[in-house]
Amino acid sequence: MLPLADSLAAIILVALTAYVLLGGADFGGGVWDLLASGPRKTRQRDLIAHAIGPVWEANHVWLILAIVLLFTCFPRAFARMAIALHVPLTLMLIGIVLRGSAFVFRSYGGGGGRVFAIASLVTPVLLGVCVGAVASGAIGEAGGGKGEGFYAVYVAPWLTPFAFAAGLFALTCFAFLAAVYLTVEARDAELQEDFRQRAILSGVWVLMMAGLGLALAPHRDLVDPRLMVLTGAAAVTAFWALWQRRYRLARVAAATQVTLILWGWAVAQYPYLLPPDLTIGNAAAPPVTLKLAMIAVLAGAVVLFPSLFYLFKVFKGEKQKIESHETKVRGSS
Amino acid sequence: MSDLLAARSQMAVSLAFHIIFAVIGIAMPVLMVIAERRWQRTRDPVYLDLAKRWARGTAILFAVGAVSGTVLSFELGLLWPRFMELAGPLIGIPFSLEGFAFFTEAIFLGVYLYGWDKVSPRAHLLAGVLVAVSGAASGIFVVIANAWMNTPTGFTLLNGALINIDPIAAMQTPAAFPQALHMTLAAYAATGLGVAGIHALLLLKNRTSAFNRAALTIGLIVGAPAAVLQPISGDIAARYVARRQPAKLAAMEAHYETRAGAPLKLVAGIEIPYGLSLLAFHDPHAVVQGLDSVPRDEWPNVSLVHLSFNVMVALGTYMAIVGLWAGWLALRKRDLTTRRRFLWAVAIAAPCGFVATEAGWMVTELGRQPWVIYGVLKTADAVTPMPGLIVPFTVITLLYCALGAIVGWLLYRQIIRSPQA
Repeated sequence: MLPLADSLAAIILVALTAYVLLGGADFGGGVWDLLASGPRKTRQRDLIAHAIGPVWEANHVWLILAIVLLFTCFPRAFARMAIALHVPLTLMLIGIVLRGSAFVFRSYGGGGGRVFAIASLVTPVLLGVCVGAVASGAIGEAGGGKGEGFYAVYVAPWLTPFAFAAGLFALTCFAFLAAVYLTVEARDAELQEDFRQRAILSGVWVLMMAGLGLALAPHRDLVDPRLMVLTGAAAVTAFWALWQRRYRLARVAAATQVTLILWGWAVAQYPYLLPPDLTIGNAAAPPVTLKLAMIAVLAGAVVLFPSLFYLFKVFKGEKQKIESHETKVRGSS
Repeated sequence: MSDLLAARSQMAVSLAFHIIFAVIGIAMPVLMVIAERRWQRTRDPVYLDLAKRWARGTAILFAVGAVSGTVLSFELGLLWPRFMELAGPLIGIPFSLEGFAFFTEAIFLGVYLYGWDKVSPRAHLLAGVLVAVSGAASGIFVVIANAWMNTPTGFTLLNGALINIDPIAAMQTPAAFPQALHMTLAAYAATGLGVAGIHALLLLKNRTSAFNRAALTIGLIVGAPAAVLQPISGDIAARYVARRQPAKLAAMEAHYETRAGAPLKLVAGIEIPYGLSLLAFHDPHAVVQGLDSVPRDEWPNVSLVHLSFNVMVALGTYMAIVGLWAGWLALRKRDLTTRRRFLWAVAIAAPCGFVATEAGWMVTELGRQPWVIYGVLKTADAVTPMPGLIVPFTVITLLYCALGAIVGWLLYRQIIRSPQA
């Protein structure tokens, strides 16, 4: 069995993965809202709003869960990141505030569509920049206020070509996920075709950005090679399924692909939380906290998973979707 | 502006903004569930209209509350990394529980808002109840974390490090119960009377609106009992503060000299003999520690804490009186919705709860200064080393001002404006 600290680090990774797969796709939806085009422009935007509406609040909470567990279980890592990444994290928060409130304002007739779309573009880049800065090892060395001057301590760790490549990579991944999910959400063939094209196009962008990121990588151990092979297999499956219009399979493959990218990074970095010096072990809170956090997670999961299952069954279930589509068709005819 | 002051101001703005949405997010689901239950029983469409309008309002406020809460969970570290490094293993547990409670709230709010035609009426009402319960729970967990900062327990302090930590003992901190009770009642009192007050004002313009009458009644059902109970919970809270945080109590009452049989100062020149000893210890001869028992550099900002405390008490007293009045009229089976003087009193109470909540937070937060963890860690030692904190402070302040204005306008359009019919 994994030690407690490792297990909790894995749980944080799972929460982060859920945030990327669910919340990330909501950001991706904002990208496609911004890029909506062609004769079905309005219908594309309606589909996106319809898909995000009931779930985005719940999807967003994964980020809160990840951050709360991080500061409970690995307070040193949290403090160090909060100091070195103050600037991009603050900008990311502003993006989160703008996106969330603009989305709900627009749903209730207050306008703000542009803000929603632009914040959806900027926020994932900043999230990726932060992850990129951690992966590159800059937060380990810079932490604790070493180095000289504002730029060296608070800007240099993340203002790197690699971190920004990671940011753009995150953005393209989110857009890719959203497009693939929307092919399943869309019930009429034309809209499905719109998002199929977008999915394939953004899938190519994901590959190019992955290549750029690897080319700019400050060191070679960025992703675990075994997981990289699996990621490639998932990517090929996703493209093939999109090509064959097997959208449900494409959704599974795309989600698997993005999950494996995240986990590939995590496995390569293990046992470091903030490479090159802060490991899971030496950042961990005392065992009693870890034990209680684990109990809280398990108890929380007992409440959370049935609730989440219910939420997605009500709004994303097969039967429901067809019904709502039919009512829409009936309503419009 | 020093970096410390900028950090404190940013935290203050973020909390002051978030607390309004949190308070409404805790109490509003109760109102909407009552309205929906009444609709299911009476089939009076006014109640359905109310439940739907309140749900729309809750959606807007919850979204802003959720994102401003996210900002806070990051800001804890962005502004106070030393505090989080020290306190994370202790207060992280209530924060984790809060995370799950908040998750449950978000899930069932989604079901409630978008599920009117998708789940059975019973499941829909149950979803609303779960939103209300998990909302209250998440508020209580956050307040427990704050209570620990006031009366830190569950560790041994050794050379600035916390050892032998016990998060369960930390959650049972003496301030936890009085603070959680006081805050939860504040949420119901402020929101209930806030809603009642808005509709009282509308009733003064148009007495016949069934919509406004129903809204006023439900607002009072939630707000009035909480407002009446609040002074009792305030008494419990004040007595714990007298024992555990004498400097805070002294600042609240502007009580400079330690003495037995301390009088209660009301306004300049007017005192109630033995009043403070009676209030703080329920004993007219009890010794109340004054600010002279605290080193000068460990005094909170006395004038600000004292002023905030007086504002809170004055507004809370007024709300309790309005609550009693409502109860009295209801007991005598009088129609609450046609008495002009009563409606005016309720309308005036509408903003009181929110102002009192802000003032109460200022008492507890400013009254704890200069400590972030009372007696353990000074706020000045917890702040991030990053310079230039005035920049994020300014940006966050402007952002929240704009958001507040938009939310106000949207709420006006969505909920408050009565149906034309």
